[in-house]
Amino acid sequence: MIALDFGLEQGGFTLEVHERLEGRVTVLFGPSGAGKTTILEAIAGLRRPVRGRIALNGRDVFNADARVDVSPHGRHVGYVSQDVSLFPHLNVRRNLLYGQRRGGRLDPGTVTAMLEIEPLLDRGIGGLSGGEKQRVALGRALMSAPEILLLDEPLAAVDVELRRRILPYLERVRDEVGVPMIYVTHDREEARRFADRVLLLERGAIVRAGTADEVLRP
Amino acid sequence: MNLWQITSFTVATALAATLLMIPPGLLLAWLLARNRFRGRVLVETLVSLPLVLPPVATGLILLMLLAPRGPIGRVLAATGIDVIFTWRAVVIAMTVMGLPLFVRTLRAGIEQVDRRYEEMAATLGAAPLRVFFSITLPLALPALAAAAVLGFARAVGEFGATIMVAGSIPGVTRTLPVAIYTFAETGRDRDAAVLLVIAAAIAAGALWLANHVSARAGLRT
Repeated sequence: MIALDFGLEQGGFTLEVHERLEGRVTVLFGPSGAGKTTILEAIAGLRRPVRGRIALNGRDVFNADARVDVSPHGRHVGYVSQDVSLFPHLNVRRNLLYGQRRGGRLDPGTVTAMLEIEPLLDRGIGGLSGGEKQRVALGRALMSAPEILLLDEPLAAVDVELRRRILPYLERVRDEVGVPMIYVTHDREEARRFADRVLLLERGAIVRAGTADEVLRP
Repeated sequence: MNLWQITSFTVATALAATLLMIPPGLLLAWLLARNRFRGRVLVETLVSLPLVLPPVATGLILLMLLAPRGPIGRVLAATGIDVIFTWRAVVIAMTVMGLPLFVRTLRAGIEQVDRRYEEMAATLGAAPLRVFFSITLPLALPALAAAAVLGFARAVGEFGATIMVAGSIPGVTRTLPVAIYTFAETGRDRDAAVLLVIAAAIAAGALWLANHVSARAGLRT
């Protein structure tokens, strides 16, 4: 369970979030510039809210009043950013193992099999296709045994054909790994396909929340 | 006079100075490139001071600090370590004079590294020290090579501070630039010219090495 109750300054407006997230997949839906990525960065510890509290599974990782601000490396949050950000000086295997945490639910073999990245292990990052990079980035985040997985428009940078091929991998992660996910997108199809619950975000505020059908009704 | 001794002494002390630049250089470059802290401007100024101050003035400051009655020299003297007018003074002068170039070059390189990689490493559980050595520094490797070469070249060429704290004792503290000056002053133009060619060769070699390392690092990314 993830409790979010915080505010932070963002460009031209103040972002305010008061939500409790339960269930497997929460989709943050909204136009670009609405503050979706900012929310993920606040959860991951890459941006500091000006007030409020963020708790992951009952543990405060940020609490302004109690002066708690757990640094990103202590939060156990898996973050797959839009730009992927695989380490260019490490090969696929070393990227995957970079954040490996023992005692996680997943061993390396399971992750590489699930995402079908075994054939890529000894390759460099430069030679990977867009879809392969996405799968490696996803695998790298999973190997760190996160308590929550943040996916920032993982399919935004790939074309329709590739999207069709990567979606099943994301669904496998959702169904087989059982890590709660926050999935950012501005694509209705993805939202419908993934969400247990959708939060509609506009100019820094959550204006509607509910199931995909309730929220995304035109 | 033994030109070979002068050359090898200069290269050896400059190499030692370059090695000595690395630990404080890494720390200072990282602090200035990636951190906001109180006293930052002061640190920045102190680091760059030897670059803008006349080298002889920097040498005078070092002399006052390291002399047997100076604040640092006194402590060293108590432990039986002589500094002034020994090879140690040569290395210290080279280190202090080379450090600003080392820090500035590496700092610029670190600032070029996309912070995104460091943030991702942090979310994967890497503490700041591990992020620096496993992500930032490898990605800034060409800058580190350039910083080391510039620091080394500056050390080889050091004159003003060296002559203040180490003098020009033949076979003990006489470095290549000091020897060129001394030879030219005393009419040994041939020896001075030979050392000039050697100095140019060292500089060219260092530059080649820097380009070579940069090119190899560039290929891997």
